[in-house]
Amino acid sequence: MPSLPRRVAQLLCLLLIVAVPGSAGAQKPVVAAASDLSFALIEISEGFTRETGQQVELVFGSSGTLARQISDGAPFELFLSADESFVQQLATAGLTRDGGALYAVGRIVLFAPVGSPMRPDDGLAGLRRLLAAGKVTRFAIANPQHAPYGRAAEAALRKAGLWADLQPKLVLGDNVSQAAQFATTGDAVGGIIAYSLVLAPTLTGRGTYALIPDTDHPPLRQRMVVLKRAGPAAGRFYEYLQGASARGIFQRFGFVLPQ
Amino acid sequence: MDWSAAYVSVALGVTTVGLLLPAGIWAGHALARRHFRGKAIVEAAIAIPLILPPTVLGFYLLHAFSTGSALGAAFQQVMGHALAFSFPGLVLASAVANIPFVVQPIQRAFESVPADVREAAACCGLTPWQRFVRIEAPLAWPGILTAAILAFAHTLGEFGVVLMVGGNIPGETRTLSIAIYDRMQAFDDRGAAQMAALLLVTVVAALAVTMALGQRVNRRG
Repeated sequence: MPSLPRRVAQLLCLLLIVAVPGSAGAQKPVVAAASDLSFALIEISEGFTRETGQQVELVFGSSGTLARQISDGAPFELFLSADESFVQQLATAGLTRDGGALYAVGRIVLFAPVGSPMRPDDGLAGLRRLLAAGKVTRFAIANPQHAPYGRAAEAALRKAGLWADLQPKLVLGDNVSQAAQFATTGDAVGGIIAYSLVLAPTLTGRGTYALIPDTDHPPLRQRMVVLKRAGPAAGRFYEYLQGASARGIFQRFGFVLPQ
Repeated sequence: MDWSAAYVSVALGVTTVGLLLPAGIWAGHALARRHFRGKAIVEAAIAIPLILPPTVLGFYLLHAFSTGSALGAAFQQVMGHALAFSFPGLVLASAVANIPFVVQPIQRAFESVPADVREAAACCGLTPWQRFVRIEAPLAWPGILTAAILAFAHTLGEFGVVLMVGGNIPGETRTLSIAIYDRMQAFDDRGAAQMAALLLVTVVAALAVTMALGQRVNRRG
């Protein structure tokens, strides 16, 4: 039956022609955003789409990973970083339109899932006691090497003198959203994650949390920037992000707004 | 369920198979028939993506795709956008990662075609091309189909290379396996579960077909 391989070959060729994705993403600007914005930015972009009819594609990741992808040529048009340094790096490399705008200041929280022996209200001192009692199974933070929220968590743990002792217990999320996922599941006693994530409806009821004083870590000054390749739609979304309704949502998700 | 991710996955699988199958049939046939110096080295080189950590492959491919390299710069010149983090770049990466999955089953299939059958065909006056089309390819087709199915299923499951070379761009480089990872991080376990189930069913079905074809070959032998 020599016709069967031929038929298979014909089918493959047909699929090949039909299947290759077109430039469907061309009309929708792709926005790269730090993971602490996972829930807030979805709400903001929905409002933007309602008002303007313009849709945007959101890609979340750690600011460091996204900045690296942008410098390697990823097709993002707008970048919302969780800190300033990555935006400055891209600006120095000539990949941005300008120096960008500060859009929010982030906060970190100590989070304990339901059933954890840790009481976030006791602060990092409580974590120290738990650690001394050998009751810390795992503790989740974002990877400090490329996630700003991980850096803030590391700074707070260092200031509390816990960094060295906690090392063997740390689980590192690729970004703060994954750190939150690690903190809520498995056998972790908790973690240090973004305030904006614990305020999201998806996380309510999954545990308790307490804010870590913002004097315990360098401020998470979150800057966004329009990239060189951006079209007009990305520019409009950038403006919208600085408008009243976007600022209201940022505030509701626990961000401190720049003046 | 992220249907655009399912679409990207299927498109990537089909394109990879469509690109690799002709080359794989040629290479598999050549490796089964010819004996030359350094054949063992060629066979080992083909097997490299099988055991190389995907991050190593991803690292080298990302460098090869960057606008600093000759390949990346040429692509940028012609297409106006970077090869990294684009669908064509993903296809190229996936093709490299799947070479052994295509070449090896096809080589085994051609090797199992009995020499006396080929000699008889030659004695009947068939040219090498006629022998290939009328005798060898029909006898080897279960192996060829196995190669196509394996490469397709493996492409659906590929994670490390896709994440490094493709990023996570919706509708362009976000495949199902990346979307599952993405949904988990967004606390959307339901969405992740649906896509995971879809991949599980697809891969089990692919394996069932592959094994059925294998039995068919064994019966014949």
